Amino acid sequence: MPLITIDDQQIEIAAGSTVMDAARAAGIYIPHFCYHKKLSIAASCRMCLIEVEKAPKPLPACATPVTDGMVVRSYSAKAVEAQKGVMEFLLINHPLDCPICDQGGECQLQDIAVGYGGVASRYAEAKRVVKEKDLGPLVATDMTRCIHCSRCVRFGQEIAGIMELGMPGRGEHTEVMPFLEHHVSSELSGNVIDLCPVGALTSKPFRFSARSWEMARRKGISPHDGLGSNLALQVKDNRVMRVTPVDNEAINECWLADRDRFSYQALNSAERLTRPMVKDGGRWVEVDWPKAMAFAAGALKVIRDTHGASAIGFIASPHQTVEELYLFQKLARALGCENIDSRIDRVDFSGRRDGVEWLGMAVTDLNKLDRVLLVASTVRKEQPLIAQRLRQAVKKGAQVNVVHCADDDLLCSVANKLIARPSDLVNILAQVAKAVGADIDGLSDVVVSDAARAMAASLKSGEKKAVLLGAVAQQHPAASELHVLAQAIAKATGATLGFLVDSANAVGAGVVGCRPRQGGLNAAAMFVAPKKAYVILGAEPELDAADSAVAHQALAGAELVIALSPFKTAGADYAQVMLPVAAYAETAGSYVNMEGRLQSWCAAIPPQGEARTAWKVLRVLGNQFGLAGFDQDSAEQVLAEALPEGEATVRARLNNEIADVTVAHLNAAAGIERLGDTAVYQLDAYSRRAPALQVTVDGQVGHAAMACGALIARLGLSEDKPVKVRQSDAEVVFKLMRDDRLPDNVVRLAGGLAAAVQLGPRFGPISLEKM
Amino acid sequence: MSAPYTGPKVCLWTLDHANPASLETYVANGGYSALKKILAEKTPAAEIIEQVKISALRGRGGAGFPTGLKWSFMPRNYEGDKYIVCNSDEGEPGTFKDRDIIEFNPHQLIEGMVIAGYTLGAKAGYNYIHGEIFELYESWEKALEEARSAGYLGNNICGSGWAFDVHAHQGYGAYVCGEETALLESIEGKKGQPRFKPPFPASFGLYGKPTTINNTETLASIPWIMRNGGQAFLDLGKPNNGGTKIFSISGHVNKPGNYEIPMGTPFADLLVMAGGVRDGHTLKAVIPGGSSAPVLPAEIIMACTLDYDSIAKAGSMFGSGAVIVMDETVCMVKALERLSYFYYEESCGQCTPCREGTGWMYRVVHRIEHGEGRPEDLDLLMSVGNNIAGRTICALGEAAVGPVQSFIKHFRQEFEYHIEHKRCMVGA
Amino acid sequence: MTLSAQSLLSADSLAQIDKEVAKYPADQKPSAVMAALRIAQVEKGWLAPATIESVAQYLGMPTIAVYEVATFYNMYQLEPCGRHKITVCTNLPCQLQGADTVADYLKQKLGIGFGETTPDGRFTLKEGECMGTCGSGPLCLHNNHTMHAHLSPETVDKLLDELK
Ligand SMILES: Cc1cc2nc3c(=O)[nH]c(=O)nc-3n(C[C@H](O)[C@H](O)[C@H](O)COP(=O)(O)O)c2cc1C
Ligand code: SF4
Ligand code: FES
Repeated sequence: MPLITIDDQQIEIAAGSTVMDAARAAGIYIPHFCYHKKLSIAASCRMCLIEVEKAPKPLPACATPVTDGMVVRSYSAKAVEAQKGVMEFLLINHPLDCPICDQGGECQLQDIAVGYGGVASRYAEAKRVVKEKDLGPLVATDMTRCIHCSRCVRFGQEIAGIMELGMPGRGEHTEVMPFLEHHVSSELSGNVIDLCPVGALTSKPFRFSARSWEMARRKGISPHDGLGSNLALQVKDNRVMRVTPVDNEAINECWLADRDRFSYQALNSAERLTRPMVKDGGRWVEVDWPKAMAFAAGALKVIRDTHGASAIGFIASPHQTVEELYLFQKLARALGCENIDSRIDRVDFSGRRDGVEWLGMAVTDLNKLDRVLLVASTVRKEQPLIAQRLRQAVKKGAQVNVVHCADDDLLCSVANKLIARPSDLVNILAQVAKAVGADIDGLSDVVVSDAARAMAASLKSGEKKAVLLGAVAQQHPAASELHVLAQAIAKATGATLGFLVDSANAVGAGVVGCRPRQGGLNAAAMFVAPKKAYVILGAEPELDAADSAVAHQALAGAELVIALSPFKTAGADYAQVMLPVAAYAETAGSYVNMEGRLQSWCAAIPPQGEARTAWKVLRVLGNQFGLAGFDQDSAEQVLAEALPEGEATVRARLNNEIADVTVAHLNAAAGIERLGDTAVYQLDAYSRRAPALQVTVDGQVGHAAMACGALIARLGLSEDKPVKVRQSDAEVVFKLMRDDRLPDNVVRLAGGLAAAVQLGPRFGPISLEKM
Repeated sequence: MSAPYTGPKVCLWTLDHANPASLETYVANGGYSALKKILAEKTPAAEIIEQVKISALRGRGGAGFPTGLKWSFMPRNYEGDKYIVCNSDEGEPGTFKDRDIIEFNPHQLIEGMVIAGYTLGAKAGYNYIHGEIFELYESWEKALEEARSAGYLGNNICGSGWAFDVHAHQGYGAYVCGEETALLESIEGKKGQPRFKPPFPASFGLYGKPTTINNTETLASIPWIMRNGGQAFLDLGKPNNGGTKIFSISGHVNKPGNYEIPMGTPFADLLVMAGGVRDGHTLKAVIPGGSSAPVLPAEIIMACTLDYDSIAKAGSMFGSGAVIVMDETVCMVKALERLSYFYYEESCGQCTPCREGTGWMYRVVHRIEHGEGRPEDLDLLMSVGNNIAGRTICALGEAAVGPVQSFIKHFRQEFEYHIEHKRCMVGA
Repeated sequence: MTLSAQSLLSADSLAQIDKEVAKYPADQKPSAVMAALRIAQVEKGWLAPATIESVAQYLGMPTIAVYEVATFYNMYQLEPCGRHKITVCTNLPCQLQGADTVADYLKQKLGIGFGETTPDGRFTLKEGECMGTCGSGPLCLHNNHTMHAHLSPETVDKLLDELK
């Protein structure tokens, strides 16, 4: 390993490293703008010029490879002179009005200029003015401030996988911009806000609402997908003003998906439930907590006493904390009820599972895979940063194979793909299973296609492999068959079987027992055969459920629904009691992510209004019933009870194995069918209530019905026009959009949409009619 | 004064024949014989490189890097594709020699590229042709077609079984693409922005593969060297400066044009060949190596011989051999204003000192030319130049500074007069 | 909705583009983008946004990447222009040889300045950078293709007469 000297400090560093790497390893700061540890080297800002002994000219630290015996000086007179020269150039055309710039106080240019800028400007010419660009609802621009570091452009090319921003023009006329009036549509677009070292790209929802130094930074965990991205919730006057990433190489690296970054808007939503409410003669009235609790417990007791505990259903959102979910199931069980579930969007619970489904490996292992079979996953929208990791793996030569119901653009090259209607999914996966020679019954009639054979060849080669089941596979009517096929393929190819967990604490929910045991009903069963009463924690089953219509009917017909929610809209039409509980940022809690990692945090802000942390509300409910074991004083205490050995308890319960499933659904249904995967910004109660996300391209597309051009033409319909969508006995009008990446006879209409509640199941027959 | 040069010419000799560009003319005068011989005898690459080294051929694109040495940098046993690229993006003001090679002796360039391809184990060659000479892009494509039909390109060159092809790639108006790595980016279909080096093209070139880039005149000289031997080429010029060289002379001379003469010829002889300074005028200054080279006042250039060493000693650059002649009527401020505008206009924009500095320098010179100069401007220009030179990704930064600093150095009183009197002292 | 290159460009243009694509390795289609833009521009007179999009789609490139190329190189025409685009080199060697006189003559004769188009849509005048043919200056480039050298007021008159 080369030994180099930087500013009299000796550092040994791997060959192939740059002087910048060495300096960082030694804790020496070399000023820079274009350099970023996760992006390719541009070496263009020239801020990092350093003096290297024997080199005639100053060299950029970020791009100069180390050589053994190299002697570097980062703040010698020569180096500083060069750095000052560059700083002067950067400032000549940069506005010097930091007090009115949104980046003021956290601007790298401002920081470095303090050390390197000249006193008075020698530049007496007119300054450059650059036209603003409209990048959409998330990213604001102040393009005159751009210093051409190209980080935002490289981010798109290298990390987001989609080049939406470029730098057209030449020389001084180079400007960062999208093509014409295009908005930036990447689900990772907000990262350019962090990457931009100056105030050229800033957060549109946050813009000018606070100064960086006025806000406290509190650590949190993203409440959305199963990755568990680490957040800094930035707080002023007890309000979360914005969210930025906290570096965690094992999870989100330095990135956030837009959903993680902008959903904080929901915390300040007008839909927040701030006082307990009770329905009185069909009207909602606000009551105080004691009254509300007495009413809730009293009404629930009546149901239990008259119909028995099994007449109650306990449904929790998998976005609630470990502590909340633990007490929730404890309460249910203490009341004698086994109808407990958080898997609201699942229909197929057949087969025997012995544990909680998880990724099957560490998140960081994804980058090291060389063969992947992605089964029915809209991964870019389900776990945007997992898609990013797969992209990095592909860059290093991994082959990604896709079995899915839509040929979604993964923004990386795909080795082989099999795309078919949802009802044909079992068949195409079975083809792969047969082609790899999987040890599984029932495949004798399966005809193996060339694509399946090619996929099998890919999966049989390579070293590190994974078969990953996505959300659509998990929500599918034949989910267990897909699971058992995936398991067989994994076994036959030496791959790891994993689940791309789509919600923040689905693993935690399973681990703490938010599942029915002997004699209990799963979520779907609780709606199909309606219960007299439901206790709902954080969920909106009419949106989340596998069959929204059935769920809604069951809830509307129940004698009692007790909704514990941060939002008054959740359950307003069917509940009898609404108890305001703290949102994720307002409570201490923990999530278990898809790799089984337990992450805990403290409340960043107090609950809004009279809302209380949900675990305390559950404890008090337990007290109301006089139940033993509801006397915890802190979230830590609940956690210790829920997971006595912490992560070790979690790990002991993780298991992806399935047994006792027969592969039967090998023939596709006739006719047009629905693909109701969850829209990216409809995943949970928070993302649904973030206005900025709703108006993005993804947010808008999520509200439309989509079909391929061939189907639209055959039905005599027109794209971008309203269309009648009929499913079950219901009919709803949606905008029809064209997406030629969908197979014929498929209508993609997202699950989780308020407008689609009456339509019912996420999969199954559907029809489109002219208006 | 000596008589005009009548000895052998390496590149533009076809002009002494009817139909200079035709395959027949070329073949009738020994064309493609070097290639045939190499292929028939399977001459080892090392032997070819040795001859090129002996010839003391130095890169004709401007930097003067020894070609044999450059070729020896290409990895020998690399598994995978390698490329050879010809740089015909001639766009440096004053330079117009490569266009004449393409127009009047395209087959010698083709033969040179094929020999280079053979020697370096390349899979294909690309010739990047300056956009503004688009007619020559077309004629070059025709010459390639001719060569293909005659078996000098394609899957079975001269019946040897060896496959190699050459293609034309067009520029479309960007001077910076003459910089070799910008040129590679441009062939890859991107903006022509120079790459940071290292890695050098020999290890990471076109499409990330080992690549050798040479100037048109450099590659066109190869067949002559292989036909006549490296020593003969060296003997045409002077030690360390082998061969004849095409000098493009423009500006205030009676007969602007290309003159191919031995390296080391006195500048005064070239001036005579070009018909001397415009009638009735006297020599004031000369930019000896393309617009990027520092300007030299008459008395200094008149004492120079045309080779790397003499011009460098005089404080300028031999460059591409483009000689811009200015007589006493030229206002040096106005001349510099135009050159500064060129570099400002052509800066690719990626690196800070060049993007910001070239505009700054141009604006200050523009102000001076328009009577708005300030006494501190000249020191400012020198200082801004110092902050650009040596701190950029590519040499365009230095190229932009060269004229500014040399014009001020040699003609400072003219600039001062402009600033003080708000007008020109030339013709005043 | 992006118009496909097939519907926007003529068969002849597409054939020319295909020929350019064939020069490069199969996985390096973007290498042909400069030629493709030039070919499209020759057919359409200028590069409208829809033309740029169709070229991007044809070569499988991000549109913004094609736009970067179209805006980096001077000879791409991003606004409509006259039937005859005349680009005069005004760089130093040409200037020394009389380019300014020729340019002034052109401006006066056409009644337009650099960057402008005559009201009848016949001529657009542009200032150009070095065309690598300095020895024959003053000179101009007609429609990015044909070089006219050794210009003087007389040869300019003749040239303009020929360009209908
Ligand atoms: C801004 C700039 C412009 C250049 N233009 C040209 C050019 O037009 N033609 C050329 O051959 N070399 C040009 N060069 C030099 C090339 O980078 C490179 O050195 C040359 O093509 C190598 O070929 P040679 O070794 O045969 O000279 C230029 C360099 C710079 C920095
Ligand atoms: S010196 Fe100028 S032309 Fe060269 S890389 Fe830097 S900005 Fe581009
Ligand atoms: S950080 Fe090294 S050049 Fe920008």
